[in-house]
Formats: sequence, structure tokens, C-alpha cells
Amino acid sequence: MRKKKIDKMPARLDFLQSTTGLILAVFIMGHLLFEASILVSDEMMYRVTLMFEGYYFFGERYPGIVSFLAAAIGTIFVLHAGLAVRKFPASYREYKTITEHTKRMKHEDSSLWMIQVITGFMMFFIGSVHLYIMFSQPENIGPFASSYRVVDELMGPLYFMLLISVVSHAFIGLYRLAMKWGFMEGEDTKKSRTMFKFLMKSMIALYIIVGLSSLARYTYIGMHHDLSDGKRYESKTVQAGEH
Amino acid sequence: MSEEKNRVLTISILRFDPHDPDDFPHMESFEIEEAPGMTLFVALNEIREHHDNSLKFDFVCRAGICGSCSMLVNGRPTLACRTLTKKLDPHITLAPLPLFELIGDLSIYTGKWMRGLNERLETWIHDKESELNVDALEERMEPALADEIYELDRCVECGCCVAGCGTIQMRPNFTGAVGLNKVARYHLDPRDKRSDAEYYEMIGNEDGVFGCMTLLGCEDVCPKDLPLQSKIAYLRRMMVKTALKD
Repeated sequence: MRKKKIDKMPARLDFLQSTTGLILAVFIMGHLLFEASILVSDEMMYRVTLMFEGYYFFGERYPGIVSFLAAAIGTIFVLHAGLAVRKFPASYREYKTITEHTKRMKHEDSSLWMIQVITGFMMFFIGSVHLYIMFSQPENIGPFASSYRVVDELMGPLYFMLLISVVSHAFIGLYRLAMKWGFMEGEDTKKSRTMFKFLMKSMIALYIIVGLSSLARYTYIGMHHDLSDGKRYESKTVQAGEH
Repeated sequence: MSEEKNRVLTISILRFDPHDPDDFPHMESFEIEEAPGMTLFVALNEIREHHDNSLKFDFVCRAGICGSCSMLVNGRPTLACRTLTKKLDPHITLAPLPLFELIGDLSIYTGKWMRGLNERLETWIHDKESELNVDALEERMEPALADEIYELDRCVECGCCVAGCGTIQMRPNFTGAVGLNKVARYHLDPRDKRSDAEYYEMIGNEDGVFGCMTLLGCEDVCPKDLPLQSKIAYLRRMMVKTALKD
């Protein structure tokens, strides 16, 4: 019999959508925690900044590393967006069908998907802004520089929206990944699903609390210091110098 | 003995006869007295007997076996014969399942749709007929595998998973859980000699398993509690494996 030639693309696209989503979700989990170092102390956040600039590895600060990371994450972000947009309602008819269906069914997982579409759509725009600024101004990260961006450069409201959308999207996405691929489903899928759903909701609550607290802290610093002349945080222990 | 007063149920039904050019879809409400152990099937018969004998709805077995009486109960697809009225609020809304051809009122033609699906997916054992020896004993199968296959064979094609799936509502070309469940059933069966590539050809696309958006409506409304979530995940893994292997 002639060996059939199959079109592997649909499988690749599906797999890639899941993998890029997984990478981004794991990245966000780390990102928000590193950023929350400001809750420990200004000094702690400063040291995390130095670490990402390679200071502890090379003895010198290279903000270019942050640019590189932003570009890499940005690429995965665009790829994921492009793959995921295939699933969006493509017309008013489709949009109306799915919203009416979800409303009628009062079904949690269908509603979760709607949240994914809405938060994903939001992030096309606000996520892009954030990623580009991180790529173009990697040196402006630090206890004072970041606070200046949040308060004086009015990024606060954007970060607020980004935080809510990215945290929901990431953890709902991870839950959906587990369902989609049967990850650790065990003998009783009802049980594992309940467990994953609980985990998802707890993580969303936790990360939103941590994220909002950090954002509040940056806002507080920004409002209580005059940073308009480009004043930088000065560490009493590490003398890494200006860029 | 204290006599409890029975509730009065208000049942609103979406009525429409597509064969009557003057008719249009409209809601009609009926009030009936609830009886102990009453199912929606009993309630509907009560309405037909005492209120309106033109009401159309399907039933055969009355015991959740045939899958004929599927309908939207308060917006969710389920079998009327297995729904106890005492578990619902006194105001109940009934509508026919979407997507299927409407015969009238709550009666739908699932059979036609299911037949098309079965023909498209060729839901029967594929063997090499030329090599088939009817005198030989059939190959033995592990009891656990036989159970797993039997479990999936319990599907009654009621259409609830189709009506509960947002994806197929939006994109009617999507195979849906009923079809994917059948594909999983034959994929598991060692007597079916279709190759991985042939299976991939059938459902390795966006109308097949990769079209599934994991809304899990199918899993949550299936009146037979079939492991749809788990079997769709199984097929997704198998299809990706096939694509990555060759």
C-alpha cells in the first residue's frame, strides 16, 4: 500500500500554541515574584536588577541582557498570539453564537475560555507596550527608575490592567493545558480536574495580591521621592555604578 | 399523617413548527401539579394529555438508554427522562437542542446528523478483508482493554455533547465529542487495522481533535458520564505523536 502523506501542520500548530503558552506562563510566574522583591526592600529589588543585568556573573552591568530577554519573550508572545488568534470568534455571527451559548449554559469552563479571549485580546496591546519599553529602555529598571515609570510616566494604570489580564490568562491557561493534554489526570479525572481548578483559582488570587502589593509599593516610592531629575537608587553595600 | 401540598410547576416550552409557514418560534407556558418522583418525561406527557395534544417531543425507553429525549432544560442539554422535576426550580424552561434539524417543538432529528457523522468517520472495525479468516479464533484481548472499549461504546448518540459544545456551535464542521469518542474507541481496538496515518488523516486537523478548544461542555453534560475530556486528550496526544514520529 502507498504510504499516506499526512499534513503535519495542524499538529505542529496545536503543539506550538500549547508550548509557547506554557513558556510564557512559567515566565510570568517568575517575573512577578522577582518584581515583588520591592516588597522585601529597595535594596533587594536593586540586587535582583543587578542579577538580571549580569553583574554577579561578569562584575559589570549589561542592561543589554534585559533587552535580549525582552526580545526573546516578545517573539514567543507574538508567536503565541498568532497561534491563539486562530481560535477567536472570526465574525459577529460566531461571536454572537459563543456568547449566547456561554450565557445559556452557565458553564464555568466555557466562561473561562471567554476570559482567555478577552484577556488575550487586551494583552495584544498592553503587553506589546510593556515589552517594547523593556526592550528599548532596559537600563531604566530599579527601585527608583521603575517607580518613576509607574508614577511620573503614568504606566501605573497600564500595569494594573496588564497584571489582572496576564495573571488570569496565565493560570487559566495552565489549567486548560492540563485538561487539554491529560496532564496528571490520574484514574479519576473529576478529582484531578477539581484539584487543578482549585490550584488555578488560588494562584490567581495569590499572584494578584502579590502583584498589586508590588505595584502599590512602586507607586508609593514614586510619589514620595522627587525622581524627575533621573535620580537613581544608591545602594549602601553594592557599588555597581551608573550605566 | 401530614399531607404536603404538591408544587405547581410552570413549564415554558419553545414551540415552533418549521413545516407551518405561518408559525414562528415562541414560548408557551403550562402549569401542572408536581407528583412524587416526577420526571420531565412524565411532566411532558401530562401536558400533552391535559393541556395541548399537539406538543411534539421524543421518547422511547423512558430510562436513559435510548437517548431520544435530549433537550435543553434551563439552557443545559440533558435527557428529559432522567431529570427529576424536584431537583429544579418550579419555573422550568425547555427548548430543543440546537444544531440538529428541528422536526417541531422539542423534537429533533439527531439520527440524520449522527448517521452522517458515522459514515464520515467510518465507525466500524476496519480489517483487511482479503486476509480475514472467518474460521480462525478471534484474537484475545485483555479484559481491561475490553472494558475500556465497552465504556466508550455506551454512547447513545443523544446529542447532548454537541449541544453543550461552544466550539461546534460556532464552527459546525467540528467533529464534536460524540465523533471523537467513537474515533478513540476504534483507535483503542486492536481489531481495527487502520494505521496511525489514516487516523491522522481523519481527525488530525482543525475540524478534528485540534479544533477542540477544551471548553469541556461535553464532559459536563454527557448523561452517560463518558470520559470525553480524557479521551479527547488521548487523541490529541496520539495525533501529535503521529505527526512528530513520521
